[in-house]
Amino acid sequence: MQQKNSINRRAFLKLSSFTSAALTIGFYFPALAEESTILTAATAEDLGIVLNAFISIDKSGKVNIINHRAEMGQGAFQAVPQMIAEELEVSLDKVSIAFGPGHQTKYGGSQITGGSSTVRGAYKHLLRTGATAREMLVEAAAKKWGVPATECYALDGKVIHRPTNKKLVYGELVEEAAKLTPPKQVALKERKNYTIIGKPLPRQDTPPKVNGKAEFGLDKKLPGMLYAVVERCPYFLGKVKTYNDSVVKTMPGVKHVFKVQMPVFDTLREGIAIVADNTWSAMQARKALQVEWDTTGFEHLDTAALYNRMKEDLRKPGLSQRTGGNFDATYDKAAKKLEAIYETPYEAHACMEPLNCVADVKDDQITVWGPIQGPDWIQRDLAERFKMPMENITVHMTFLGGGFGRKAFTDYTTEAVLISKEIKAPVQVVWTREDDMTQGPFRPGAVYECKAGISDNGRITAFQTKMAAQNMDHQWPHADKSNFNGSTTEGLPEVFINGLDHYSFSDIPTESPIPVMWWRSVYASTNGFAYESFMDELAHAAKLDPLDFHRLQLRDERAEALMQMLEEKTGWRTREKNSGWGMAITECFKSMVGEAVKVSKQPDGKLKIDRIVAVMDCGWYVNPDIIRAQVEGSIVMALGAATTHETHFTDGKAVETNFHQYHMPRIMDVPDIEVYIMENEEKPGGVGEPGLPPFAPALCNAIFDLTGKRIRKLPFNMNEV
Amino acid sequence: MASYKLSINGAMHAVEADPKMPLLWVLRDLLNMTGTKYGCGMSQCGACTVHLNGNAIRSCSMPVSAVGNQKITTIEGISSDNTNAVQQAWIAEQVPQCGYCQSGQIMSAVALLKRNPNPTDRDIDLAMQGNICRCGTYPRIRKAIHKAAAMLKQPPAKSF
Ligand code: FES
Ligand code: FES
Repeated sequence: MQQKNSINRRAFLKLSSFTSAALTIGFYFPALAEESTILTAATAEDLGIVLNAFISIDKSGKVNIINHRAEMGQGAFQAVPQMIAEELEVSLDKVSIAFGPGHQTKYGGSQITGGSSTVRGAYKHLLRTGATAREMLVEAAAKKWGVPATECYALDGKVIHRPTNKKLVYGELVEEAAKLTPPKQVALKERKNYTIIGKPLPRQDTPPKVNGKAEFGLDKKLPGMLYAVVERCPYFLGKVKTYNDSVVKTMPGVKHVFKVQMPVFDTLREGIAIVADNTWSAMQARKALQVEWDTTGFEHLDTAALYNRMKEDLRKPGLSQRTGGNFDATYDKAAKKLEAIYETPYEAHACMEPLNCVADVKDDQITVWGPIQGPDWIQRDLAERFKMPMENITVHMTFLGGGFGRKAFTDYTTEAVLISKEIKAPVQVVWTREDDMTQGPFRPGAVYECKAGISDNGRITAFQTKMAAQNMDHQWPHADKSNFNGSTTEGLPEVFINGLDHYSFSDIPTESPIPVMWWRSVYASTNGFAYESFMDELAHAAKLDPLDFHRLQLRDERAEALMQMLEEKTGWRTREKNSGWGMAITECFKSMVGEAVKVSKQPDGKLKIDRIVAVMDCGWYVNPDIIRAQVEGSIVMALGAATTHETHFTDGKAVETNFHQYHMPRIMDVPDIEVYIMENEEKPGGVGEPGLPPFAPALCNAIFDLTGKRIRKLPFNMNEV
Repeated sequence: MASYKLSINGAMHAVEADPKMPLLWVLRDLLNMTGTKYGCGMSQCGACTVHLNGNAIRSCSMPVSAVGNQKITTIEGISSDNTNAVQQAWIAEQVPQCGYCQSGQIMSAVALLKRNPNPTDRDIDLAMQGNICRCGTYPRIRKAIHKAAAMLKQPPAKSF
């Protein structure tokens, strides 16, 4: 994975304020290697190697990190410096961080922020990079003093000679250290000696986010930049038949009107771009545009018909992802049998910052700026589409006003490049809230059929789920549609599946022109509701307490510790019967989360959430406050998808266009959320998504506990239960 | 097109704009003050909240021609160095996640505390219900407003 890349090297030099008088080291992945290799910038330059992520320490002792992940609220801006500072033995205020420009090979294959992987994916390399720099500084000091390195140690930005207490600050050592070869092996600190990792230190991106200075995609301005909006076909597969722009062209500020085709998976979304000298003029002019769409040749779906078809589909044999034993035979013989159907809705991502992208196409250079989750993917995608070498394409990440999976896609960046290319000027393409909410891709809705048999002692003897839903993977060009959905077990704890003798997990892919896409926690966001609601139903069928019932199925030390914490923090044992408590446990992205909810009825008969308790086991972690924030946010997002919003379709178009129809939870809907984090030495798991799936089932299980009413279809109205 | 003189954060700004252009876009595109955000364009989300004579309004739905000589305050005018109590409380409680809604949240919170220095949870819920946060920072917003209220009651100590 070595590649010469002058553009990115230049960007790197600029970003890291790299000079020969600084110690700059970083890691890269040699081809086929599992471990990363750490090099100094000088060596990397000689070898023509582009480093993945790197840190640079200058003569003033300041540390600069070039971040390899998008910052969309999940706290990468904090977690990465905390890891580096810990091993480097500097205080956090010495460390600053900048976005790395998109480069496909530079970050070991993927720079997409998704799958809750910021810490999970890179922690070892980041820790080793910090530790390596520390050891090189120690060695440089030892050389200067002419003493053995073993007599020296690093602390708070200094190297100290233990016998004499002589000190040298890092800034005085960087020049020497830069000439050394990074050691192959470095000792990482033990967790008990951490002073920075594991602490709830404040995020460095907070100050600019409370005074309006943080630059989001929509805030990017370039000299001579124009603004565009696009009237895209409201039907997912429609084409432009004719359009009349005679009035539009006379409107103030309007510069260009033309047709664009935006690629969405293997389809082209057609639209008319209106380019003006400010956003509002473009939006106004758009209102005067008349377009006739060609809407023939594809199905004009509506939600009711779509869900009927999904339910019909459940009768078909599924494409099996995972089977073991003999489900049918065991189920037939089971002491108790249960089956249930669950429904979950389509959802818009509805990031607070609507989609947007700035593009500037010049001769043989493409530059884009925007709220982008996957800069390396965008770079590769643009290179392929516009048949240009990768190094002529630069992708800049701004802050993202929410991402949730939507801003990892390539449609909006391609469209902006097409528009800039056409008008030969820098342009910002602004999606209105209506565009953002109606064009998709959406979270796919799903219908589940769950069946299980239980023995007399409450053990699940046979377990089967079938999911009818669109398969995201089937949308790509040349996709093999006979492939099963690889996410049907997502959300179920691995130890649960391992404890089953007879099981089957399968799916029936739904055919539909609606584009679908990752949405925070992906299929786990819907699986979790079905599977953990079903577990609650099984517990009641077995006449067991839901937590005890979980204990019988999740026989594992780590899961047991989590359940104990949940039991303790909720006061589960001493709660009154039928007092409105529900719980659920799910696992995704290598983290297990248990949540419990307490509901009550108000004097007016409406339901109210009194308490929400979450226990997160994400293994080794960096910043507990960021984890708490991510779990809180996941729960609020889950609350919306469970109780306040859904995207419907009629006549092949999305119905909900803005927040007056797509209702978001508001401040009064959300009580305090208690989040507890398990302490253990396990590998780090994700934190941005795993808190979402257990909330809806915990809430519905609580409602059942209070009212005896079982909710099997989301969303539902809390005021009408 | 018409000419306007707008009083924003204590300074006068001259702009040429269509009378119907919402204040939001005047601020963002004509004056380059991008702290005020676009979220919905129809008074549903609060991302564009600014103050008009100290009252929180949705700038996406206020035509520039309706502003007249009323005093506009935007997030940039709250303080650029985070010395305002609400900003400090926001930092202390680590409220922002993606941060996109936070200019609007802070503008609503500042207006609330000016009106009501001792808000209850209920007062906060009512004053802040027009501001959506997709990242779900609501519980922290509630805590931060209580904290800011407490800070404002202290005699002005040194900032932290
Ligand atoms: S943009 Fe003004 S309220 Fe949403
Ligand atoms: S912090 Fe992201 S929308 Fe509020």
